[in-house]
Amino acid sequence: MNDPVILHQWHVVGIDEELKAGAVKATRLLDRRLGLKRDAGGALSAECDDGHPLPLLARYGFLWTTLGTPERPLFDIREADEPDRVNVVTGSVAVRTSAPRCIENFLDMGHFPFVHTGLLGEEPHTEVKEYDVRIDEEKDEVIATDCRFYQPRAAAASAGGADIEYIYRVPHPYCAVLYKSCPFDRGRFDVIAMFAQPMSEEHTFAHTLMSVVDDTSSTTDIRHFQLSIFGQDKPILENQLPRRLPLDPRAETPIRADRSSIFYRRWLRAKNVAYGTLAQAG
Amino acid sequence: MALTDDQKRGWHPVASSTDLAPRHVFHGRLWGQELACWRADDGHVNVWVNRCLHRGVRLTIGRNLGHELLCQYHGWRYANRSAGCTYIPAHPADAPARTVCSHVYPSLERHGLVWVALDGDAGNAVIADIPAGGTLLRQMSVAVAHDTVRRALEAGGAAGCSPFHFRDEARALTLFLQPVDAGVTVIRGILDAGADADIARLRALDHEFAMLRDRLEREHPDVPQPIAAEFRPVSEELAKVPERRRRGSTRRMRVERKWCVAPDVMAFRLVPIDGPLAAFQPGAHVDVHLPNGLVRQYSITNGPDDTTGLVIGVKRETDGRGGSAALHDTVQEGDVLALSEPRNNFPLRRDQLHTRLIAGGIGLTPLLSMARTLRLSGVSFELHVFARSREGLPFADELKALGGAVHVHTGLDAEASSAAFARILADQGEKEELYVCGPPAMLDTVRGTAAGAGWQDDQIHFEYFANERKLDRSGSFTVALARSAVTVEVPSGRSIVEVLREHDIDIPTSCEKGACGTCRVDVIEGEIDHQDVWLSDAEKAANRCMMACVSRGRGRIVLDL
Repeated sequence: MNDPVILHQWHVVGIDEELKAGAVKATRLLDRRLGLKRDAGGALSAECDDGHPLPLLARYGFLWTTLGTPERPLFDIREADEPDRVNVVTGSVAVRTSAPRCIENFLDMGHFPFVHTGLLGEEPHTEVKEYDVRIDEEKDEVIATDCRFYQPRAAAASAGGADIEYIYRVPHPYCAVLYKSCPFDRGRFDVIAMFAQPMSEEHTFAHTLMSVVDDTSSTTDIRHFQLSIFGQDKPILENQLPRRLPLDPRAETPIRADRSSIFYRRWLRAKNVAYGTLAQAG
Repeated sequence: MALTDDQKRGWHPVASSTDLAPRHVFHGRLWGQELACWRADDGHVNVWVNRCLHRGVRLTIGRNLGHELLCQYHGWRYANRSAGCTYIPAHPADAPARTVCSHVYPSLERHGLVWVALDGDAGNAVIADIPAGGTLLRQMSVAVAHDTVRRALEAGGAAGCSPFHFRDEARALTLFLQPVDAGVTVIRGILDAGADADIARLRALDHEFAMLRDRLEREHPDVPQPIAAEFRPVSEELAKVPERRRRGSTRRMRVERKWCVAPDVMAFRLVPIDGPLAAFQPGAHVDVHLPNGLVRQYSITNGPDDTTGLVIGVKRETDGRGGSAALHDTVQEGDVLALSEPRNNFPLRRDQLHTRLIAGGIGLTPLLSMARTLRLSGVSFELHVFARSREGLPFADELKALGGAVHVHTGLDAEASSAAFARILADQGEKEELYVCGPPAMLDTVRGTAAGAGWQDDQIHFEYFANERKLDRSGSFTVALARSAVTVEVPSGRSIVEVLREHDIDIPTSCEKGACGTCRVDVIEGEIDHQDVWLSDAEKAANRCMMACVSRGRGRIVLDL
């Protein structure tokens, strides 16, 4: 592991409520084995396989640590703290691919009609309309705005489909946050986040969070929905080759619909992210 | 471990013919390289690199549609034979660049096996010639290196005809070794024709090979590292967004068949002399270079399920300059013509709930290709064909095959036609598109009727066969190119395209008559004298783009070039 950018990041390593008081849990991060611990008094700590103590903090329902010394605190998701929202930890799924492949798939709308048929998209409504992507230099994030995509049964009240508005944020090389127009409260957004835990360069634990304004669905319903969505992505991700995300523009064939992915790859390349990526095509 | 040039050489079996079942995509492997193998409905066997060009997803998890292979991730479609991408659903209004083409390995079927040459240089290697009619044994996969199996076969009395081909006379067997990876080898046996091949004998042979497998895997637990899969970079052009349009080269094709499809319309089936046909999309056309030096554009009528030869329809134009006459009178079956690669100025969206197609006479040709595509894609559509008489209807047999979606209107005068258009264009539903092709007067009427019935400009797609307006090439003007920082004078009698070509600035063109839309350029400032029939009145009034082949400027204009 000689990627200082990734080394000095906060990384997700588990679900907060799964680590009970007095319990220890083992996990993997950046090819190292870690032990996570919550003592009887509730204090969190972690240890690396070489005996080094590591910081451990709880945020957004998940546990986070670092093997380096991060320059900045963990990124902010303001909405998660709004009092009338339900924050649901929607599960963790092991995926046999790199963390950046998981993030890129999370940013992609074009696959909705083919992979999430009947849920997030449906043929023949396949067009990805023009949208804006930029890199916010100050916050050091990739931001895609004005994204619209047809979703069947978009409104809770009606059976018909409609265009849903999306905003995507990539505040961390392995984390992305999606804001999606809310069917229950127009003008507000549901928030869905993907936090990818890089166990190794080609083994990832994909954790998802949903922060929603929804007083009708139970936590279990929300969890089932998100897991069934990711269950459709997993076989695609595991059949994507090479597993590490190619940063060379000539490795694959981008189209206009892929502008958020093009910006994400460029951003990783500019940062010199090497872990989980490939610099050269061929 | 990387693949060596030595390993790439020669033909190897990768599947049995029966592995390529109808509508199935078989996952083959040779020297660590993954192969997507599929048989189209017309019997053709395709062996491609097992990756979609777009995002690298395995094509073996895709769907074999019989005439195209569909990637599961974003629904990209790749054509039988050429592996050219024919449709990108995320951009339904755009024709994919024809250079978006998956890598095709040379392949063929022999002795009940599918053979592949990894280096593409198949001509220099031969497939072992063995007597036909043998019985293919069940294949045996052994998790050891190829050399280990080879030595074991030789120790067992088989004679090596090559490192991958063995003859076991005692058992009346021919054996081929498929190097799946550095540490995995498949034994494919063929029992001689006429040898005893009853079930007991086949079982005994299978048992023998299973014992051999178990012994070799036990004795050689340490196998070499797997060979890394090669990932080919895509062309530089494709890595850029958006794709640029380029003028294509020509391809020689033979007239396989010439036949009459209406009293004044001949159809031609053109097949490539070498290699597969380039991929084409519905609405595409080719430039045909004729023996008399003329170049003419003709639409492709094929559906996506016919990729062996292009079919075009040519109407005899009595007052033309001799293009159609040359094809009707001079060109015969067996003749060779030069054709451009297919180009598409008339792309078909497939993301609509319903599509209306209106054809006038020979204008049917691109719409025939569209109707065939929509039918195979399961998209709802109706095709209206206007002709002077039943007998004058071109491609009547082909239309019959399209069934109830086709409506033929014959013998209508201008007034009755207008009334028919009004009926066809009424009751416009949500997510509908209209495609029209035919004589200019008919197109003008249909466009006017559609606009009156509430159709938006971007829902109406049309292709003019000709610009019948009289062109005014008088008057000179100045053209400034903003990006190239070049200013040129266009004198009277010459076009922008011609003048810029002399300055090595090549605007792609096709018809050069203001009818096809290929040479559209963006206008930054200045007044334009629009002389084309391609832009709508609203677009002409907006003055933001022009057809550089026929339209002219007044005074000084600035173009985004």
